[in-house]
Amino acid sequence: MKLYFKYAAILVKSQMQYKASFFMTVAGQFITSFSSFFAVYFLFDRFNEVDGYTFSEVLICFAAVLMAFSMAECFLRGFDTFPQLIKSGSLDRMLLRPRSVIFQVLTSTMEFSRIGRFMQAAVTLGYAIPTCGVDWTYDKVLTLIAMIIGGIAVYAGLFILYAAISFFTIEGLEFMNIFTDGTREFGQYPMSIYGKGILKFFTYVIPIALFQYYPFLYLVGRSVEWWYGLLPLIGLIFIVPCYGFFVFGLSRYKSTGS
Amino acid sequence: MRQYLSFFRIRFTGGLQYRAAAWAGVATQFAWGFMTILLYEAFYRSSPDGFPMEFNALVSYIWLQQALLAMFMPWFFDPETFDSIVSGNVAYELCRPCDLYGMWFVKNAAARLANTVLRCFPIIAVAIFLPAPFNIGAPANALCAVLFPISVLLGFAVMVAISMLVYISAFYTLSAGGIKVLAVSVIEFLSGAVIPIPFFPDAVQTVLNLLPFASMQSAPFLIYVGYVTGKEAALTIAVQAFWLIVTLIGGRAWLKRALKRVVVQGG
Repeated sequence: MKLYFKYAAILVKSQMQYKASFFMTVAGQFITSFSSFFAVYFLFDRFNEVDGYTFSEVLICFAAVLMAFSMAECFLRGFDTFPQLIKSGSLDRMLLRPRSVIFQVLTSTMEFSRIGRFMQAAVTLGYAIPTCGVDWTYDKVLTLIAMIIGGIAVYAGLFILYAAISFFTIEGLEFMNIFTDGTREFGQYPMSIYGKGILKFFTYVIPIALFQYYPFLYLVGRSVEWWYGLLPLIGLIFIVPCYGFFVFGLSRYKSTGS
Repeated sequence: MRQYLSFFRIRFTGGLQYRAAAWAGVATQFAWGFMTILLYEAFYRSSPDGFPMEFNALVSYIWLQQALLAMFMPWFFDPETFDSIVSGNVAYELCRPCDLYGMWFVKNAAARLANTVLRCFPIIAVAIFLPAPFNIGAPANALCAVLFPISVLLGFAVMVAISMLVYISAFYTLSAGGIKVLAVSVIEFLSGAVIPIPFFPDAVQTVLNLLPFASMQSAPFLIYVGYVTGKEAALTIAVQAFWLIVTLIGGRAWLKRALKRVVVQGG
């Protein structure tokens, strides 16, 4: 753990070397997510509701997903560069060091510039919590926290899965983007609006709806099933097969040799 | 002219080599387009009156957007060009007996076009045969069909000309990461890549139509689906041409100024 913070400190320092660029990236990230906020706002300005969900209800869903994603991204996007690590052969070097590979990948890059997105999520959440009309009892607060934690876990799993697949393909798999960046964008709305088939897919295959849709129903009072609030915790289990696949990939790893 | 043509050819054929990546891209874009359409369909179900255009027109807009993504994606930048500025290799480029602006412009356009050629046909081919409201429709009328290709070309040129401005800014910042992210998010939102411009509130639309960003992807797609036709379409094309000239002249002038004070780092 101590080593982890040491790595983190080094990475902060190195990124702060280009101060202007760092702050512009943060500002850019902030504006990017602001623009998706405005996209939602403008659509609701025109249509008032979608499938019976109001703007303030959708906003809490939007904020929870963005929060989970940005936190997962900040610490785990190191896996994004994993295909390059394999291609360039840097992974071989990592395998020689007396620490786990996952640990080294995690500490190889930390995107602190993604703080912009995180700030945006915090602002949206701060705006949504008092205005969404939810009566914030203890169990609802816990549900929201569970949504965010579950979301971080699912995105973490997806990032690891992305890296694991590249053991076999060497290339990064662009299609995985639809599950990471795609679900961030489309997960701004409750998954049910895309129809039953999509909802089922995102429940049983990629468990996005478990932290985003079902607990959300309980949160805004559309369902009285309190155990919906516990479903995000299943997201924690999602990491297990992803990690397993990563380990499997690692055991079959053949160096590219360069 | 011939030198530009060969620069174009080198980049274009180079870009055509990445076919596997293109197939993966096609699948991703297809899924993305499909989800976007489902999203708008949900809004359409809730209040069809709020829709500024026919549902099928919007579907056509989205498929066009996905098919021609490589042409209009604001986040595509040629890393080589940035590298040459930051590393100082731009000095070699300056020694060549051809115009730097023109060369970079052509290289960029070629890379984008190669990508588009690889990606657009499979997407359009599938989108034509999808069941009724989810397919890409024919151009709204004969005039639209004639004006669409002109408008696409103009919009494409404006896109490249604006991304040239981002390259040139690297002469001043030397680390392009920040400005890239900033420019991309602004362009993406204001050009109607996130939500189409007719879906913005009316007051915002008026402002957006005055900006150069509406002359990029929004103009040709709206002409294709018949949202703007007749006189209005001709006016749109005139506005596009205006912005193309402004961005080209502005970019050239700026590059000239930047080169006057350029310091080549290292030797």
